[in-house]
Amino acid sequence: MEIFWYLVLMFMLTMYIILDGYDFGAGIIHLFFAKKEKDKKAITNAIGPFWDANEVWLIASGGVLFFAFPTLYASSFSGFYLPLIMILWLLIFRAIGLELRGQVHNPMWETIWDKAFGIASLLLALFFGIALGNVVRGVNLGMVENGISKYEAHYFFLPLWNPTLSPHAENLGIIDWFTVLLGIISVVALTIHGANWIIFKTNSSLNDKLKQLIFVLNIMLSALIVLSLSVWHFIDENPFQNFVENSVLLIFPMLMLTGLIGLFRIKSFKKDGMGFLFSSLFLLGGLTSTVASIFPNVLTSTNQTNPSLTIYNTAANDYGLSVGVYWFVIAAILVAIYVFIQYKVFKGKMDDIGYGEH
Amino acid sequence: MLSGMEDMLFYDRMQFAFTITFHYLFPQLTMGLSLIILYFKGKFLVTKNIKYNDAAKFWMKIFALNFAMGVVTGIPMEFQFGTNWAKFSELTGGIIGQTLAMEGMFSFFLESSFLGLFLFGEKLLGHKLHFLTGFLVFLGSWASGFLIIATHSWMQYPVGYEILDNGKFVLTNFSALFSNPWLWPSYLHNQAASLVTASFFVAAIGAFYLLQKKHSEYGKLFLTTGVVFGLISSILVAFPTGDLTAKNVVKHQPVTFAAMEGIFETEKGGSEIVLIGQPNMLEKKLDNKIAVPNILSFLTYQNWNAKIKGLNEFDPKDYPKNIPGLYYGYHIMVGLGTIFIGIMLLASIQLLRKKLFQTKWVLWSLVFLLPFPYIANTTGWYTAELGRQPWLVYNLLRTADGASPTVSSGNTLFTLLGFIGLYLLLGMLFLILVGKMIHKGPQTLKA
Repeated sequence: MEIFWYLVLMFMLTMYIILDGYDFGAGIIHLFFAKKEKDKKAITNAIGPFWDANEVWLIASGGVLFFAFPTLYASSFSGFYLPLIMILWLLIFRAIGLELRGQVHNPMWETIWDKAFGIASLLLALFFGIALGNVVRGVNLGMVENGISKYEAHYFFLPLWNPTLSPHAENLGIIDWFTVLLGIISVVALTIHGANWIIFKTNSSLNDKLKQLIFVLNIMLSALIVLSLSVWHFIDENPFQNFVENSVLLIFPMLMLTGLIGLFRIKSFKKDGMGFLFSSLFLLGGLTSTVASIFPNVLTSTNQTNPSLTIYNTAANDYGLSVGVYWFVIAAILVAIYVFIQYKVFKGKMDDIGYGEH
Repeated sequence: MLSGMEDMLFYDRMQFAFTITFHYLFPQLTMGLSLIILYFKGKFLVTKNIKYNDAAKFWMKIFALNFAMGVVTGIPMEFQFGTNWAKFSELTGGIIGQTLAMEGMFSFFLESSFLGLFLFGEKLLGHKLHFLTGFLVFLGSWASGFLIIATHSWMQYPVGYEILDNGKFVLTNFSALFSNPWLWPSYLHNQAASLVTASFFVAAIGAFYLLQKKHSEYGKLFLTTGVVFGLISSILVAFPTGDLTAKNVVKHQPVTFAAMEGIFETEKGGSEIVLIGQPNMLEKKLDNKIAVPNILSFLTYQNWNAKIKGLNEFDPKDYPKNIPGLYYGYHIMVGLGTIFIGIMLLASIQLLRKKLFQTKWVLWSLVFLLPFPYIANTTGWYTAELGRQPWLVYNLLRTADGASPTVSSGNTLFTLLGFIGLYLLLGMLFLILVGKMIHKGPQTLKA
């Protein structure tokens, strides 16, 4: 049962990153590269009908985490208190940026909400990468000092940073050089992903330039991945152990590699959706490889006193988890139908659809 | 001076209270308004009179803005269980996580998938499918309310659980969560109250247009619709839903009931109903009291002389923490609810006599009353929440034992101040934009 809900949770979180990820990427492109009003419109139109539903994957993932792994939910949400609340604020700014821009036709008003949308998207991409970095690096569970837990074994609190910015410090912070590295990877990967979505869904005048940009960013991304793998042993002595012991898991890094290599051919794709397919594969593979490397841990302990949080020591009781399967299956079928309808109605290039006042 | 622990709890509670109060200003309108929009759209489908479609489109714009505000202020609510109430989440997540996860899976996906189609898809879909998308959005938002109140009801009256040795609550009976006797009266009470907010809003804008002599044709339509929906819903709020909800409180939380009604001492030969008075916690009595004898006993037990326990019969450590707040919350809600029924009855009589559009003082009253259903809804929720204190899970888990153990008060105050600033900004933007929409008024298609 724990494994089933773990897979459900990972599936939903991956869906969230793939779906809302292109919204963040589109926001970053919008911030740095869209100068003409027509291109800005094209970009916001391309995500207009989708972003709200995409965000629901995050909220629903939070719900499933709460219900299936209450101890993990309690521990991580209180421990990562400040960055989580900041993510909420950024999500609010992103949403009002998109929703309010069109309400008043005035250049100053429009500029404010354009920037709110763009900057919030950039920071969200960075924060989610940093969050992933924190989970794999681990935290000082129980806030152990000199071998003694100051709190219950599964609670902790992280400040935003410590002065050394080192992932090895006694007192860890959210931001250190390792988590920032993952944050930068996230920004680059999601920018590529968002650019691919814009190419897929619009005829904007930026599209050719974006293909060039994707090519360049992909070189950067490959270099960053190599860099991160070469320093990974600093935070996890043997990150490849799970893959050696269970070779089926190797499919995840393979997916990531396929995505990365495929993206180098961006300029020769005949269909505009191909790039998006490959960047989705990259995100899917990258995320799953990362979480698979620490399985069955879900939050690693950096001290010797308290054990890591795993899917087993944080799960709800068996009856609750089993009864949840019934409603979840019904809900999942319904969600699949909604997503199908939504993407069928808004298929093709958004410029040609004329989506009302949006 | 507060000690460290109480300090922490204070800011956690303030943050939850502030963010939930602000959040619920929006869903209380959208849940009710979705029903009124469906009425306009449905009436258009039947009569083919374009006026009804224009009305639906006008209210959809206001709905859309409210909905967006509800969504962005709603996400922090789900996060806060974990960020600020980690111990509560850890101990009860296996149960309340169930209903909250269902809300995400069943309502949020439904709403978010069809909201865009509903708001912008009229041309793309045709009127009948457009009505259907509106219905699905309505269904999603009412399902969301249902699952939230199912969660709330479990905290008020826990069912289908077992407590393990380590203090964790585990679920033993899933269907009990939905056959909880607390759930259905509270849910219907809340939904009727949401319809009151929407009806008064629609009626107030209608009356405003008539007094302004602007968009008069729509003004008459809004006013009539608002008054009819308003009369039905304000009666339903009181009876049977409010009545049944109060009977749940007297049965399962008698100490809360005594505090709500302001009964310090058990009265011999039946309890009076207090209309006005200030709880004096020093002297344990009501100051400046105006009360009617025996009514409360009758309303509660249909027996003029039934005994209702006063606060004196309970252990002070189980008293609700904030008795005056609870008393005022309840009395403001009930008082306003009574005024709502009165004004809607008068307006309905004038409507039947075909004099409503000319009766200026009724029109003025309706405009003036626009904010009051919001106040009644909010104080109603304060009654429910303050009434449950000092418990998170009634009689089983104290609020003081539910907060996050590692989040210090300095961090909570930091985020509370951030939320206050951000929500003030949101509130101002909202008022400016809604004002603009109302000023512009309904637009008819230039065919």
